Amino acid sequence: MSATLAPAGPTFAELARGFLRACFSGPLNIAITLACLALLVAVVPPLLRWAVLDATWSGNAAACREAGGACWAFVREKFWFSIFGLYPYEERWRPGTMIAILVAMVLASCQRRFWNRWLMLAWLVAAPAMLVLMAGGVFGLPAVATRQWGGLTITGIIAVYGLALGYPLAIMLALGRRSELPLVRWFSTAIIECVRGVPLISLLFMAAIMLPLFLPEGVTLDRLARVLVAYTLFTAAYMAEVVRGGLQAMPRGQYEAADALGLSYAKKMRLVILPQALAITIPSQVNTFIGLFKDTTLVVVIGVFDFFTTLRAALGDPNWLGFPTEAYVFAATVYFVLCFAMSRYSQRLETTFRPGQR
Amino acid sequence: MAGVAPSAPAIGAGRAGRSAVPFLPQGISLRGLLWQAGLLVAVVALGWWLVGNAERNMAARGLSFGFGFLDRSAGIPIGEHMIPYTPADTYARALTVGFLNTLRVAIVGILLCTVLGVALGLARLSSNPLLRALTGGYIEVIRNTPLVLQLVFWHALMLQLPSVRQALNPLPGVFLSQRGVKIPGLMAEPALFWMMGALAAGALGWWLLLRRERARQVATGQRRPTVLPGLALLLGLPALSMAAIGAPRVEWPELAGFNFEGGLALSPEFFALLVGLVVYTSAFVAEIVRSGIQAVHKGQSEAAAALGLTQGQKMRLVILPQALRVIIPPMTSQYLNLTKNSSLAVVIGYPDLVSISNTSINQTGQAIEVISIFMAVYLALSLVTSLLMNLYNRAVALKER
Repeated sequence: MSATLAPAGPTFAELARGFLRACFSGPLNIAITLACLALLVAVVPPLLRWAVLDATWSGNAAACREAGGACWAFVREKFWFSIFGLYPYEERWRPGTMIAILVAMVLASCQRRFWNRWLMLAWLVAAPAMLVLMAGGVFGLPAVATRQWGGLTITGIIAVYGLALGYPLAIMLALGRRSELPLVRWFSTAIIECVRGVPLISLLFMAAIMLPLFLPEGVTLDRLARVLVAYTLFTAAYMAEVVRGGLQAMPRGQYEAADALGLSYAKKMRLVILPQALAITIPSQVNTFIGLFKDTTLVVVIGVFDFFTTLRAALGDPNWLGFPTEAYVFAATVYFVLCFAMSRYSQRLETTFRPGQR
Repeated sequence: MAGVAPSAPAIGAGRAGRSAVPFLPQGISLRGLLWQAGLLVAVVALGWWLVGNAERNMAARGLSFGFGFLDRSAGIPIGEHMIPYTPADTYARALTVGFLNTLRVAIVGILLCTVLGVALGLARLSSNPLLRALTGGYIEVIRNTPLVLQLVFWHALMLQLPSVRQALNPLPGVFLSQRGVKIPGLMAEPALFWMMGALAAGALGWWLLLRRERARQVATGQRRPTVLPGLALLLGLPALSMAAIGAPRVEWPELAGFNFEGGLALSPEFFALLVGLVVYTSAFVAEIVRSGIQAVHKGQSEAAAALGLTQGQKMRLVILPQALRVIIPPMTSQYLNLTKNSSLAVVIGYPDLVSISNTSINQTGQAIEVISIFMAVYLALSLVTSLLMNLYNRAVALKER
């Protein structure tokens, strides 16, 4: 797309003129424009004064109270705490490395040219490696109990591992729900509907309180592992419905062609149906994942310290009392940046995967 | 549960049933039967194992399975109750109070989020670029931040309000303070019931009038105006009732000593939860409304204009009926989400079903029973909501002729 080939777009002056014309055409539009401007005038200057002009960027709580504006010094002070939580200070390089690997893997997974079996293999190696790095106890790494894990690290672990474990389960449930065997179909439908019909909170409670009752005596499951069980099940049920949408959208001819070739059920699904059904639903999968990612904040109800809960815990620091707004704005910004990036990514994929354009 | 599902995918239900055995009916393969039998055995075995473990564990903790605890006195203080309640009441009653609290926030929330969401969705489609951009930015911010964060934010905001004596008074009769929101209430007396009855009768009358006129239009092609007579029915009947029996009295909140007296009180927790749920869900509703209206083909709008319909008629008779078909199904799931999300009340301390269940579990240890109760309640709520919305969906669905 060189600049010489592109048709000459409207100039800035033309754009501005068009914008103004649209804003001031007719009495109703003028009224709306004026109302919007009034809102902006009422909100933006005080916000700007609080967040930028009167803000304190470094120093202590006293300096913040002196200035009267936003206390970003507090966020700066608690930044690494919000990433690593209570993980032992001298071992922080471990979650740091883990996050670096995680980010690298996720970024690589977003590139279409890496979508092959090597990526899958890389995940299969990286996933246990990251957990070993975090938990320690081997290779001379001191063991760190999951109770001490926290912050953005935990948010990342729950979201990514939940998806990685839930995704295969989702495909199985979706295929089961479309199966011709009534018992399999009923069973899959029951699991999907029961999980989707109740709030995630209740699943978390179930995993935290009820699950230990159902395990054999003497067997205990780590709290984080219990969270992951609930979150995986939740992910699986929601993803299963997305995948089912893709299976239903496949033209009948695809199934019949696979049958005509004499492929077995497993081969038909693995080679013909699933690759297409999963591809066309990738944008909805990303959208579902955005919702699931936001839901990681719910682990607060059973006392797991994710990013947001860690920040809230930081509010209790007696040296920094009284800056909840700053903490919430910071948390909201982090979640917004991550979710917005994902939703943009899904929109970009949507244009690539529109049916009939592949 | 996770251990059972994996057997589901590899099921071979070859349509041709290559391995069909002579004595099996046509289309049923032996392989399929074996898979299903395997699944059944696995599920039953897993269930057996889990139940056995649970029995042993509960026995070890001195608990026994059963719902007898429901009749015991709960001793849970609950600040907000729609039915009379004291801590001496039973667990069953405490859970009912929680259920009603959930229902209250869900119903009010669904109504408000629909109104706000439709308004935002229409604003997002406005011809005014400034309004469009502002709404778009707002919706993106709300949609892309977690609800828990928003709830905590609203709750913190409520707690930062001035004390009762310096309560904010943005509108006459509305007071905002740390103790929550006070609004004027209508007094529950015969005049109010008569007026409500008259209002309902007026709405029913309008609906019957519309039906008659539609039948007349189908039969003769003529249509008489319905808006004015309809409004006369809707407003006139309550006015008559007020003239005959007297207007229902409004109770205004008034500052008396250290608290307000009279009027309706909304606790900070209820208000924060309601605002959080409505703001969050309405952003999703707005996107649904926007995409629903955009899904109607442009030719429909042009055809309506060519027929000489006014802007209002075009929207009401041509665009909306078609857009609703696209809008209703995703809207149902948003309503369900709102209901389920109301369980986040536990984070800010509103006594909803989950929050009271949680306390009950801590006090009695009857985790399995309590969790089954509230899961069953949510499942039932989900089913009822989908049922109602499906009925409505059937009413607006495309009628193939």
